[in-house]
Amino acid sequence: MDELDRRIVNALQGGFPVCERPFAAAAEGLGIDEATLLARLAALRAEGVLSRFGPLWKAEGLGGAVTLAAMAVPTERFEAVAALVNAHPEVAHNYERDHRLNMWFVLATESAAAIAVTIRAIEAETGLAVLNMPREAEYHVGLRLEA
Amino acid sequence: MDEADRRIVAATQDGLPLVPRPYHAVAAAAGLTPEEVMARMHRLLAEGAIRRIGAVPNHYALGYRFNGMAVWEVAEERVDALGARIAALGLSSHCYRRPRHPPDWPYNLFTMVHGRTREEALHWVETIAVVLGEAVRAREVLFSSRILKKTGLRLVG
Repeated sequence: MDELDRRIVNALQGGFPVCERPFAAAAEGLGIDEATLLARLAALRAEGVLSRFGPLWKAEGLGGAVTLAAMAVPTERFEAVAALVNAHPEVAHNYERDHRLNMWFVLATESAAAIAVTIRAIEAETGLAVLNMPREAEYHVGLRLEA
Repeated sequence: MDEADRRIVAATQDGLPLVPRPYHAVAAAAGLTPEEVMARMHRLLAEGAIRRIGAVPNHYALGYRFNGMAVWEVAEERVDALGARIAALGLSSHCYRRPRHPPDWPYNLFTMVHGRTREEALHWVETIAVVLGEAVRAREVLFSSRILKKTGLRLVG
């Protein structure tokens, strides 16, 4: 990542225009040309600096449902339980965290009812309780990670 | 959200094509005209169905290896006002109210902080703590020690 890459990442974390030539418009704001911006973005994506470039859709608006769930998994069973949980395609992310509740995963499903079904299935397979923590309110954040 | 909107979702789920006229490419994939795609995307942005359009950086690739989930127990009647204040600080990437599960889990306000070092992430947590002040009854920070799965949200197809 050089200085231009940093400027691109910092400037384009939101507000990308919706118009016929949006990369040309965004490039102008950065003082570069469209082809340079496109090439830089393709490279940043290929290198994994950007996980994606485009619209960030809100799951609930699409009729789907999302929740955060947590489990307290005994250390000796951790890998086996992680495999059981991850095998569900509804599990979008799963993190190990340093707490008694040591497994935290995000479920994304086509419907609200499917959240409960998936949680019951995971509880039955693992014999462990799943704490369901759906979002009840979201407070607008404007964090931009500085590159 | 109608059928045409959902076709736009499907066509952009992996991102915008990196070509000079990306919305034209989306239109071709979705079976719509470019003008219709752009008009719908303006509307979806205004409605909040699209949170934002742009670059989504990988935290780890930018060096933000320390991701802390800072959780707070605050009075139910104050959580919305406090959540809005914390979000306005611009220090956390997510700020949500979630249900408590007492006695194991008394926390109802969740904030995510990111740091290039553990100290940097904890510094943001302390800054949030100052703003929350005496409203905080209990709190913890849970750092992630390992990513077990990360496929991203797939909403269509």
